Amino acid sequence: MTAATSAATTLRAEQDRGRRNAQNKEKWAQGRTYISAAVILIWCLAPAYWMVVTAFREVGFTYDTSLLPSHVTLDNFNTAFDTSFGNRFGQALLNSVFIGGVVTLVSLVIGVFAAYALARLNFRFKYLVLGFILGASMFPGVALITPLFQLFTNIGWMGTYQALIIPNISFVLPLTVYTMTSFFREMPWELEESARVDGCTQGQAFRKVIMPLAAPAIFTTAILAFISSWNEFLIASQLSSDATQPVTVAIANFAGAQPNQVPYTAIMAAGTIVTIPLVILVLVFQRKIVAGLTAGAVK
Amino acid sequence: MATEVGPTPVKAPASGGAPIHHGPKGVGEDNKILSQGKWASWLLAPTIIALAVVIVYPIVSAIVMSFQKDAGLDPATGLFTAGGPAGVQNYVNWIAQQCSAPAGGTVACPPGTLGAQFWSATATTFFFTVVTVAFETVLGFWMAMIMARTFKGRSMVRAAVLVPWAIPTAVTAKLWFFIFAFEGIANKMFNTSILWTGSEWPAKWAVVIADVWKTTPFMALLILAGLQMIPAEVYEAAKVDGATAWQRFRLITLPLVKPALMVAILFRTLDALRMFDLPYILTGGANNTTTLSILVINQIRQGFNAAAALSTITFIIIFLVAFIFVRFLGANVVEQSGATGKGKK
Repeated sequence: MTAATSAATTLRAEQDRGRRNAQNKEKWAQGRTYISAAVILIWCLAPAYWMVVTAFREVGFTYDTSLLPSHVTLDNFNTAFDTSFGNRFGQALLNSVFIGGVVTLVSLVIGVFAAYALARLNFRFKYLVLGFILGASMFPGVALITPLFQLFTNIGWMGTYQALIIPNISFVLPLTVYTMTSFFREMPWELEESARVDGCTQGQAFRKVIMPLAAPAIFTTAILAFISSWNEFLIASQLSSDATQPVTVAIANFAGAQPNQVPYTAIMAAGTIVTIPLVILVLVFQRKIVAGLTAGAVK
Repeated sequence: MATEVGPTPVKAPASGGAPIHHGPKGVGEDNKILSQGKWASWLLAPTIIALAVVIVYPIVSAIVMSFQKDAGLDPATGLFTAGGPAGVQNYVNWIAQQCSAPAGGTVACPPGTLGAQFWSATATTFFFTVVTVAFETVLGFWMAMIMARTFKGRSMVRAAVLVPWAIPTAVTAKLWFFIFAFEGIANKMFNTSILWTGSEWPAKWAVVIADVWKTTPFMALLILAGLQMIPAEVYEAAKVDGATAWQRFRLITLPLVKPALMVAILFRTLDALRMFDLPYILTGGANNTTTLSILVINQIRQGFNAAAALSTITFIIIFLVAFIFVRFLGANVVEQSGATGKGKK
């Protein structure tokens, strides 16, 4: 009898423990998820946060390690735009906007036709064309720069805007075509068919039905194209002049008052100015951008 | 035999192989494809022409240049040497690390000159590629697994990973240059006094850490997109069958996410092989952090044609790696579809 009772007790205790274990396990798994999420957040944001905090710190306290803002000042932003040490940050910002704008516009206008053809039409060599465009986007920039350097030197284009815009198109156009093709593949093209049944021409169906639906895809592609042009450094560092250099080159060459002292706080301020609009843009259009970035890669 | 007969009648009209039976219809189909082909070539023409001008032309001219001698003063002799055809001499110079000697002919390039750096730059490039892609794959996979779970604040994490991606590489390089400054936060936090950009291994690791920070999010998002394609029922079924978490990961997650993972790794590998901005700004290529791309840029002002040979070598290396990957990738895709086919039977 005692043996039976104790057996029953043990059994119940074991069941209890099992249930509690399961609950604990669940809680523990959830807890681990939160810890991991926190680690990811800190890893991704801490360096960016450090840039912003330093941008608002007085020069004398460049190496201050307090994690919260301390010795707050806006001087660094003035220093960033100051041209007396040979920096042309303000001009560089305008240059980047101009170059990025033209490259994005040209790539979109040319690329949208190609993407339509690749997503919608059946023709021979389709995969060859797609492969060529994908290959073009994987292309090393240095393979282009040597002949361009010589060519632009010979025709006196060194340091001009067109010398920066034309090579940039070689990076941005394949990306544009590729991203837009995968967006276009997923659009409800039956609507185009029904518009044609209702008497639209193919051109009208495209303009009146497809264009409005495609607008978000085109807009997302434009953001991705602009970001990729905004980030370009290799070509710009070799082919631009002081007057036409984009922000990436201006930041890389940022000079301070003393040649031996790196003006960290001013550089961080410049970096903050360059980054904040992008980060805002990316966060606002987060879902679309992630869709654009991963488009085609998983299919 | 029956299976072979089956699809033939279905195929016939599409390929225009049965014009007698479906006369008008078959012709119509043919015309449609023809007109689509015509349409397609008009629509594709601007892109193809643009890419031919900005990519194909420079490549061809780089290859032509690479077989030319550089005109100008010979740094070794101080005498003017004329240009002209050089055969494969530029390539031999890089690969065998031979520089032209004052007395004519060639000698081994003295250490420190660009000519002596080819193999070390190749080694550095592959070191960066292998190490950064390995870290990014493991970290990115882990991040993607976390982001695929449901928990409060998930959208915040997904937004946060876009921040490093959105920061331009030039700014990233300057930011990490500041973090790794001698009096910077990295040394303070770990209570070390390392001259991060002052000697070989710290400089290399500084580049690796900055690159991993910048590009892991891209990897994580690509892998996450792959993870989200796996239906939840598969996991449920495996759970019911008593599969452990590790078994579910190894037998379901890994094989099903593999195509997306391979594409992500391919993209990142090709990107890492042409790495330029980060080491160029962070370390200036000092302390053995000169990648092939940096070496090309350093060479440009000393001689276009030698630089063109080096950039062609870089291009060939990247092309070969891509080729190996695609073959490898293709083999895996075939293998996988074979496996699912077997499973169905």
